Amino acid sequence: MATGIRDKVVILGMGCTKFGERWDVGANQLMLEAFREALADAGIEKNQIQAAWFGSYADEVSVGKSALPLSLALRLSEIPVTRVENLCATGTEAFRGACYAVAAGVYDITLALGCEKLKDTGYGGLPGRSGGPTQKSQWAPGQTAPGIFAQLASAYAAKYRIPMEDLKRAMAQVSVKSHANGSINPKAHLRRAVSIEQVLAAPIISYPLGLYDCCGVSDGSACAIVTTPEIAKALGKKDLISVKSLQISVSNGREAGHNDWDGDHFVTTAKASKRAYEEAGITNPRQEVSMIEVHDCFSITELVTMEDLYMSERGGAVKDILEGFYDRDGKVPCQIDGGLKCFGHPVGASGLRMLYEMYLQLQGRAGERQLPNPHLGLTHNLGGGPSENVCGIAIVGSYGA
Amino acid sequence: MIGITSFGGHIPRLRLSRKSVFQHMGWLNPGTGAVSQGEKSMCNWDEDSVTMAVAAARDCLVGQDKREVDSLYLASTTLPFADRLNAGIVATALNLRDDIHTADISSSQRAGISALIAGLRTVQGGVKKVLVAAADKRDAQCGSNYEMLFGDGAASVLLGDEDVVAEFKGSFSVSYDFVDHYRGQNERFDHTWEERWTRDEGYVKIVPQAINGLLAKLGISMAEVDKLVFPCLFKREYPAIAKAVGVLPSEGDKVVDNLHEVCGETGTAHPLVMLVATLEAAKPGERILVAGYGQGCDALYFQVTDKVDDLPSRTGIRGSLANREATDSYMKYVAFRNLLPVELGARAEVAMPTALSILWRDRKMILGLVGGKCEKCGTPQFPKAEVCVNPECGAIDTQVDYEFADEPGVVKTFTGDMLAASIDPPNVYGMVQFEAGGRFMADFVDCRLEDVKVGMPMRMTFRKHLDDRGRGFTGYFWKAMPGR
Repeated sequence: MATGIRDKVVILGMGCTKFGERWDVGANQLMLEAFREALADAGIEKNQIQAAWFGSYADEVSVGKSALPLSLALRLSEIPVTRVENLCATGTEAFRGACYAVAAGVYDITLALGCEKLKDTGYGGLPGRSGGPTQKSQWAPGQTAPGIFAQLASAYAAKYRIPMEDLKRAMAQVSVKSHANGSINPKAHLRRAVSIEQVLAAPIISYPLGLYDCCGVSDGSACAIVTTPEIAKALGKKDLISVKSLQISVSNGREAGHNDWDGDHFVTTAKASKRAYEEAGITNPRQEVSMIEVHDCFSITELVTMEDLYMSERGGAVKDILEGFYDRDGKVPCQIDGGLKCFGHPVGASGLRMLYEMYLQLQGRAGERQLPNPHLGLTHNLGGGPSENVCGIAIVGSYGA
Repeated sequence: MIGITSFGGHIPRLRLSRKSVFQHMGWLNPGTGAVSQGEKSMCNWDEDSVTMAVAAARDCLVGQDKREVDSLYLASTTLPFADRLNAGIVATALNLRDDIHTADISSSQRAGISALIAGLRTVQGGVKKVLVAAADKRDAQCGSNYEMLFGDGAASVLLGDEDVVAEFKGSFSVSYDFVDHYRGQNERFDHTWEERWTRDEGYVKIVPQAINGLLAKLGISMAEVDKLVFPCLFKREYPAIAKAVGVLPSEGDKVVDNLHEVCGETGTAHPLVMLVATLEAAKPGERILVAGYGQGCDALYFQVTDKVDDLPSRTGIRGSLANREATDSYMKYVAFRNLLPVELGARAEVAMPTALSILWRDRKMILGLVGGKCEKCGTPQFPKAEVCVNPECGAIDTQVDYEFADEPGVVKTFTGDMLAASIDPPNVYGMVQFEAGGRFMADFVDCRLEDVKVGMPMRMTFRKHLDDRGRGFTGYFWKAMPGR
């Protein structure tokens, strides 16, 4: 009988580069920068790592295909390395691979590392579709990421009969909160606080999303070294941070092709979060979870995700957001490190970057951002768009708690 | 009895005011001011002769059983492919049967009327139903007279021997290698000879030869013609031609207007465009003589029957002329026609090769908008799939072909994207949901972002999906536009 991942794996060390427009370095330097921090944090030697999972997304413009880039950049000693790619949920997918290998008892110590070097494309925003001769390229609209996610707002406003101005205001507060958090995070890409008025006055990128409703596109890398609780203790570690749940949910085409979805939320997130709470033994997430880092690629994504995570009632996210429920001093702080919005979004690294903040907070090492006594953190990592996506959820917390 | 059994038309929704053309280019050629009245129809950036022909043919097939069509002739001088049967694209888009004859007829302004004659002779030869579509989207140099005179448009007629609405009585042709203009292979614009010679030796002499020849052949006089339909680029030549074919000065209103002020001359489609516009208002018994000019002239004589009143309503030429969006943006016109290089950003530079093997395998889906319907649970879905998309069903291999092209839909989600590569930003798109079931993400056309609402009724239109200029390939798919 399967018993899930809860408390079978602990985080031994983590590292994360400064995210941003890292014109001065390439992917190799980014990977090494994150890895050195994690290795020092773990207090082990490189050759103690027995296997690695490498996450990168945009191979054509960024790091490159296969697991080679990681092995080459870190000069790993011919250990098994696997490259994983699951759209923007790639980082969580890499972490999942490393954790499962340890939980299975196949390896003692493994590495998950995500990296993306997006600022070499020559233009702002994510790279467009690759232009490969696929069937979809013969009929899908000329979409961009903002356009795909912006449609959530049209559907949400219609379903809950909310005037677009009111929804835009709640969306603006999502970004204002993340900018405030990012402004006090030295590793964040965007470090300037903004006002609701600035957000609302920004130029439209894809209706109704304005500039400040969209996250940054960044270079960066983040990684985790994981092991069993027993080995961590044997290495002298105290106050262990363990994995409570790892879930992935992948669309099957129902949202895109069957009329029972209203376009206002994520079917996968609702399923993955439910499974995650069960695996972690959480019955009331709004009360029990101390903090969350969600995939706020766009403000509206974060807004509807609060409902799919069962934090806000259906149709209730606007009220919670405007009342400050998710602010750093609110009941369940969200995007404490600035989120994708301000920490940045080097795609393959993002899932691991979210875990990095949870890890720092749980250890009381988050500096100016430190929350009082957090014990359970949830990360939500999403790839694709509302109608077809991959949702990854991880819950981490104090070992044994 | 054989003849026309149905008809339809399509004039693009965009209309460019000729005043704006003159304001921008009149400095170069002040003489164009003489023909700068009204407006000209203009293709949207994603319309071409193939898409307009599909629109006209769909209009023509309203209320008809398209599975009965045995032949399709497509006439145009501006076909996107020089060696790929353009009529084959139209036939696939219309989801006609596979065991039909299809042909392109081209290379002259007479191609449209010649396709009509060829179609009628095919019916005379025993083929039951022939669909004819004619469309043109001619380019003209900025500041030229032609730029003022040309419009874009298409018309279509269904020919057969049952339920004839306009009986075919006979035709007469003259053919000459009279070159008042030509467009060489791989040339974009026409070369012309002196306009006075074109008028006096061309139109005024050759059109009457065909019309008078037909009257003589049928043993009738102009008194037995109620409507005289023939395009002439030069409006002021109509009285001279009318006189030469025996129209009395008191009968001037039997000469049908060439639509210069509302649309412009739609190239080889124009005789059929004018004929269809005439048929739309025709009463039983009305006798129509239609002629088309170009390296000679073809003339045909029809008599409208009682059945014309039985045809279901359609958009037609009059309906599409009424469905207009006026613009005075001459720069948009030249940008849409690729007469001016415009900056579309790096996202437009991505190579978009089309996998021809996929296009063949999935031709019904991509060109015909054919999805599937699960025979077990009844759920329509796009694309058609081996496993039913209904989460309550999931049956395997239960789907039959299901056409979405004529299904009414509504907007489920939408956006207006300023980041996406588009010559007409914002790129408006979203999920269109069909009332009987099924949905997919589609580009929206012929609408402004500020008018789009969730729940708004939409219908489907066949448009260009991509211009792969590097490979000279045009890809087509279906888009959603407002309306029922």
